[in-house]
Amino acid sequence: MKQNMERLYNGIIKENPTFVLMLGMCPTLAVTSSAINGLGMGLSTTVVLVLSNLLISAFRKIIPNGVRVPAFIVIVASLVTMVQFIMEAYTPSLSKSLGVYIPLIVVNCIILGRAESYASKHSVVPSIFDGIGMGLGFTLGLTLIGLVREVIGAGKIFDISLASDNHLIIGIVLAVVAVILIAVCVCLAVKRSGMSAITVLGIAAGAILIIAAVVALLGPNYTAITIFVMAPGAFLVLAILVAVMNIIRELMEQSGKPLAKASGCLTGDCASCGQSALCSGKGVSAAADEKKSE
Amino acid sequence: MKTLLLIAIGSAIVNNVVLSQFLGICPFLGVSKNTKTAAGMGGAVIFVIGIASLVTSLIYQFILHPLDMDFLETIVFILVIAALVQFVEMFLKKSMPPLYQSLGVYLPLITTNCAVLGVALTNVTKEYSILESVVNGLATAVGFFIAIVIMAGIREKIEYNDIPKPFKGTAIVLITACLMSIAFMGFSGMI
Repeated sequence: MKQNMERLYNGIIKENPTFVLMLGMCPTLAVTSSAINGLGMGLSTTVVLVLSNLLISAFRKIIPNGVRVPAFIVIVASLVTMVQFIMEAYTPSLSKSLGVYIPLIVVNCIILGRAESYASKHSVVPSIFDGIGMGLGFTLGLTLIGLVREVIGAGKIFDISLASDNHLIIGIVLAVVAVILIAVCVCLAVKRSGMSAITVLGIAAGAILIIAAVVALLGPNYTAITIFVMAPGAFLVLAILVAVMNIIRELMEQSGKPLAKASGCLTGDCASCGQSALCSGKGVSAAADEKKSE
Repeated sequence: MKTLLLIAIGSAIVNNVVLSQFLGICPFLGVSKNTKTAAGMGGAVIFVIGIASLVTSLIYQFILHPLDMDFLETIVFILVIAALVQFVEMFLKKSMPPLYQSLGVYLPLITTNCAVLGVALTNVTKEYSILESVVNGLATAVGFFIAIVIMAGIREKIEYNDIPKPFKGTAIVLITACLMSIAFMGFSGMI
């Protein structure tokens, strides 16, 4: 049980695929124009990830090593097709706004990466929890980025306008919650004499709430900066995120608790990437482990 | 002819595959350090997407659709694309060594490039005929080529600039992409 909880913590906080590992950037850029799209994409990816981890770790002794990658792709593609049809049937509007990005979950490097580096080596239950952790971490990342873009670019939260009649009350509540959240996180950091991943996440969430509070307090006087919900805004928000993560990375390193290294495409050179045949986006540590075992 | 031209301009410039549809971000950020490799990558993408969109639309029109097996499209397309890239690589290695020399390194990188699968699926969703699919595929790939070569040119220039420390590396590339995307939005009224 302890190992399972560790997998959840690992996926959501310690090796968060969006913030720390920087994986799956195509959907991160494409579907975060609103929080609800980010949430929908994150949850559908989670479902595929959990089921694919389950199947792959159950079949890991049957699948021959030489054809494992095609086998993984077939499993993932079947699951994605199922999720796609379920979404078309039960959440038609969401499925319409996510469009081609739902079938493209197949080529999301998080899924094949987890299959390759975790599920194909571990037993079923930890693999399921690994899938849940990673999936929820991805969902959290997409939803937070979607929230920022939606609040700044459209003045809405989860499609609810912040410019309604009682915008002052909403703004004050949001501001109070944000201040309390940040205060608690700072106190925790001071008490433990150093930032931990959770305090950083809390402060980030507080910062988003403060932005939302400002927008709500301005209410109808707030002019939405629409570029944030359009294509350039995606690149801009991601650029700021990467820069902030660079600062946090350095701070954590100084305090002696370095974050996991970013892997995947954002770190740069695809041409020299050892995983070129299948862009699995493996963690650096996992690759190192493999070399040792060889 | 007019529809074909509209499709071509639409997918090459107006709805640029990288800058407005966010497909193929990985090679766009990873292989854009200098113009020569960027052009090589762009060429390989044009080659692969051209062939892949022809083959996938043939399979869809003559096998999947008549047999009422549309629901298999994602599975079939991804396998066909992966096999096709391997096949193209072997073929080039054997029969056209000079072309393989210039494109070969990039071919394996394209297997799981989401742009290839994305184009194949878009062709089906928009109900393009085979000719239209090929035109759409080639135009999308040309759009990728344009974007990655421009990006590489800019990156060569900003290499030695004084960039604030947290923005060094990927962050400044993303800012550049943001500005390019704003520039490409200017085309949106064209069609």
